[in-house]
Amino acid sequence: MIRSTHLPLLITLATFLLAYALCASAYPAMLSTRVISNLLTDNAFLGIAAVGMTFVILSGGIDLSIGSVIAFTGVFLAVILRDTSIHPLMAFAIVLVITTVFGAAMGALIHYLEMPPFIVTLAGMFLARGAAYVLSTESVPITHEFYDFLQGLYWKAPSGGRFRLIGGIMVLTFLVGILVAHRSRFGQNVYALGGGAQTARLMGVPLARTTIGIYAISGGLAGLAGIVFSLYTSAGYSLATVGVELDAIAAVVIGGTLLTGGYGFVAGTFFGILIMGLIQTYIVFDGTLSSWWTKIVIGGLLFAFILLQKGLTWATQARRRRTVIGSAAPS
Amino acid sequence: MQDQMRPMLHARGISKFFPGTIALDEVELCLHPGEVHALLGENGAGKSTLIKCLTGAYRRDGGTIELDGQEVDPQSTADSQRLGIGTVYQEVNLLPNLTVAENLFLGRQPRRAGLVSRRKMNAQAGELLRGYGLEIDPAEPLTAYSVAIQQVVAIARAVEMSGKVLILDEPTASLDRDEVQLLFSVIRQLKDRGLAIVFITHFLDQVFDISDRATVLRNGQVVGTRVLSQVSQKDVVTLMLGRQLEARVHERRAGAAGKPLVEFRGLGKRGSIAPFDLTVHEGEVVGLAGLLGSGRTETANLVFGVDQADSGSIHLRGKEISVSNPREAVTHRFALCPEDRKTEGIVGDLSVRENIAIALQARQGWMRPIPKARINEIAENYVRALDIRLASLDMPIRLLSGGNQQKALLARWLATNPDFLILDEPTRGIDVGAHAEIIALIEQLRADGMALLVASSELEELVAYSTRVVVLRDRRQVGELTGDRITPDNIVHAIAEETA
Amino acid sequence: MPGPKPSTLKRITPQLLILAAALLLNVLVFPDFFHVDFRNGRLFGNLIDVLNRGAPVALLCIGMTLVIATKGIDLSVGAVMAIAGATAASVVVEGHGWGTALIAALATGALCGLWNGILVAVLRIQPIVATLVLMVAGRGVAQLITEGKILTFSNEGLIHLGAGTVLGVPTPILIWMALGATVIFVVRKSALGMLIEAIGINERSSRLAGINSRVLLICVYLVSGLCAALAGVIVAADIKGADANNAGLWLELDAILAVVIGGNSLLGGRFSILASLLGAMIIQSVNSVILLSGMPPEFNLVIKAVLILAILVIQSPRIGNLVYMLRASGPQPQPDTPPIHANRKEEAK
Repeated sequence: MIRSTHLPLLITLATFLLAYALCASAYPAMLSTRVISNLLTDNAFLGIAAVGMTFVILSGGIDLSIGSVIAFTGVFLAVILRDTSIHPLMAFAIVLVITTVFGAAMGALIHYLEMPPFIVTLAGMFLARGAAYVLSTESVPITHEFYDFLQGLYWKAPSGGRFRLIGGIMVLTFLVGILVAHRSRFGQNVYALGGGAQTARLMGVPLARTTIGIYAISGGLAGLAGIVFSLYTSAGYSLATVGVELDAIAAVVIGGTLLTGGYGFVAGTFFGILIMGLIQTYIVFDGTLSSWWTKIVIGGLLFAFILLQKGLTWATQARRRRTVIGSAAPS
Repeated sequence: MQDQMRPMLHARGISKFFPGTIALDEVELCLHPGEVHALLGENGAGKSTLIKCLTGAYRRDGGTIELDGQEVDPQSTADSQRLGIGTVYQEVNLLPNLTVAENLFLGRQPRRAGLVSRRKMNAQAGELLRGYGLEIDPAEPLTAYSVAIQQVVAIARAVEMSGKVLILDEPTASLDRDEVQLLFSVIRQLKDRGLAIVFITHFLDQVFDISDRATVLRNGQVVGTRVLSQVSQKDVVTLMLGRQLEARVHERRAGAAGKPLVEFRGLGKRGSIAPFDLTVHEGEVVGLAGLLGSGRTETANLVFGVDQADSGSIHLRGKEISVSNPREAVTHRFALCPEDRKTEGIVGDLSVRENIAIALQARQGWMRPIPKARINEIAENYVRALDIRLASLDMPIRLLSGGNQQKALLARWLATNPDFLILDEPTRGIDVGAHAEIIALIEQLRADGMALLVASSELEELVAYSTRVVVLRDRRQVGELTGDRITPDNIVHAIAEETA
Repeated sequence: MPGPKPSTLKRITPQLLILAAALLLNVLVFPDFFHVDFRNGRLFGNLIDVLNRGAPVALLCIGMTLVIATKGIDLSVGAVMAIAGATAASVVVEGHGWGTALIAALATGALCGLWNGILVAVLRIQPIVATLVLMVAGRGVAQLITEGKILTFSNEGLIHLGAGTVLGVPTPILIWMALGATVIFVVRKSALGMLIEAIGINERSSRLAGINSRVLLICVYLVSGLCAALAGVIVAADIKGADANNAGLWLELDAILAVVIGGNSLLGGRFSILASLLGAMIIQSVNSVILLSGMPPEFNLVIKAVLILAILVIQSPRIGNLVYMLRASGPQPQPDTPPIHANRKEEAK
């Protein structure tokens, strides 16, 4: 069933299909499973982080720390695997706990200090990046047979595309994210918070628990993205993934989620990621176009979607105004 | 018959103090099951405070609440919901970004295997709403439906979660006639189910339409509880406004009004105020009377360009002018002291001095700053003239008392030397002393030849300073009183008069 | 009353104290810190370095202070720096003079500011969202101008803006001090400062008092764009080239940090540009301590994070209420606490 709230999602989907059709008509090779599998593999870490960002933005917040958290996770893993004999799985568990607690702490600060998420997560951004630097400023290679094993896991499609583990983890994250957002009470509370914190509180939504949970998810998923990124690059580097939060925010917005919170879909973010990946792939295929066009096109898309959302908001408000006759003073 | 039944809710001796004022003074409210009980009173009478004490939003400073025979002590709105007291506000307190079903079931969604079952939720919501006579698709977003339907959804949620007492705080303020009827049919149905319903509104017709009894509050005290079938609208208005309505002879100052200053021809805005004609002369105070929600504030906002008219024209000294925003109004030497001082009047963190200078400065433009010495002179003059009590001109205006804030706002506009001064509830929420001073000031300004338009719910006050009173009802002008006909009694008549 | 007023001094006391502490730390790790030399017609010394290196953030925080005073934020200044630097470089590379280049760069900055201002004031898009667009796309635009290269140039006039001296004082220092002084003078000697504060505190009341909030908002973003352009030119001139990728990277965050360290509330209202400039110098002094002490520069970020956290706690309304209640401890009634998160969502509409 098509509903008006699905409109941004449909537009995102249409944008993706249109973009893909355009790409394919210019370069038929872009239809190959190889390109598709690379799209998933190359954007796996970004996609996972963007799921967390979707929750944050749905609740009306923002998380600037995820790029730094990804870098921290990578360096942490690299250093711990280099200096100790801990099994990577154990290291994964440790780093996920650290990043989740880190996110939860930011959520707690936002809620209890009543400070804007922007500035709190800015502090988190500096802190996580600083911690990564303190661990190591050099790029630390990861050589562990378990890593080789994980990296060797893939499913080879008939026409040659290799669907790797990390792409699968991203898809799985999205599926779980969709379930949590749309089919759990917590997810409903996230939307409620984004619709209006005051009203949500009157309706009995536990604000503290929800806020802390949201940033914990964002932190934890940034940790998972860090693990995936370390599998992708086989290294941990404290200067890596600078500005990933911006890409994630862009993907979320292009995915049709309202930056002011309350409206949007986790599935939309998936297509937002794919659209951004597609732009990059097209530029690689083209060969003559320069890489900076990626930023300009993404910026343009961002603007178009922000305008679209503003237009939709205006339309809804106009409709509401027609039903609300003036406003009497509060008593 | 009802009086023999055990009350559903019995609040006794409810008191609430705020610094400097007694908001509620030993208030008693008794609700029977299956009763619609209107709670009446002008702004500041204590209705909201009473509701907040009953629902646990405020801690009460005294008194007991008995719910269905049990003494209860709600700690928060959520707590009172659990106990059985649900509240629905004028501003629909549901989430606009969720669907109807999601709003109904937020926090208690039906689940299957740990996951929220949307199908079950939508089915249950549909069934629930059918019980309220609504055949709507609960999977649609809430905002797809009119405010009336949203209100019914809010009521359904409140009833489902609470189920003993339902408090409706101005639920009809933004509804049209048909929508009100829809809401009333739901209320009647809930009444039959044995709920005790508190109905707060400023529309007296609606009170008499649906309510069984009414409790009237004034200045934090109960002035009476009446069975509505035994009293008239006028009795109730008299109780609410609380003035002895015997005709009091007011000395009308002779000095007929001067030349016409501003003329509004057919000015109106759809859904806000019906088109009206109004001329204000120099040296004249035109009073705007009417109950809350009758269109007083809407008129003031339209005249000052806060809201944009969609019909009519404005003429200043015979020449047509455009007033499409407050800035234009200010350049034409209009001035408006708005009703809501806190959000529309004061700039809280700026000093009193700056707050006084700001309108004059805005009119002069930023390039021509008013010299410090001049600002000081202006501010000190008005502080003296209006007797504004403050520790220092440098203190943030938000720290002043309500009356002093109001005087500072008056000073702000008087400093611009206006020809046409609009005052919306100039004496709301200020103490008796300041009250009298502001009334004297209005009289003074009139005598100096200024044209004034004053909206007020205080009849006595309107009678004291108005040379002409325009009566509003249901967002349109319904009458005008001049000269000796301006008495509280006549105004009440005009307000309460049944519309044909 | 001419001269620094006691109220101004009181306002900037915390910043002065922190700055003094940071400078003291510098002296502790490097006793010759305050030593200033005059060699080859130029001043040398660590203190001069702090003032010189701090120039970009100092310039940015002038505009940012005004934007934040209106309850806004400008995330795009780093990208605007890159665009302006690229513009200036490409203009001189094409053989025009440095004056033309400077004017072109400033015009670009003004255009960027205008864009942001229109999005915020006319289309009523949340500032953080509106300026994000240019933050994302801006660097691409800058690369478009430089065609992806680091565009180097050798125009003496332009280089002089970033690396030269006037009467022995490095030009960037003179530029930020002059611009800072000018803006402070204009804002405080005209009525602009008060009107901007009024908008930031209560836009509706301000509009009802006849203030043209729309034009003022646009102007504020315009100034921010101009400041960013100037900073961009200086950075490009300093390295004799426009690096679209790295010029001004993340400086928007430093600028916001400087404003916050300057004690200006992110929720708008009262502002002090002087305090923000001190904030910029505090950031640079901390950089300097870390550099001089031989500590890994990585600690810089950790220290910044700690600084933000400290400011967060100080500025928090919740903590403010707590302090208020502790002070008013006694039988007084509980203050009517503001609704939780009142500022979080309600602005969005």
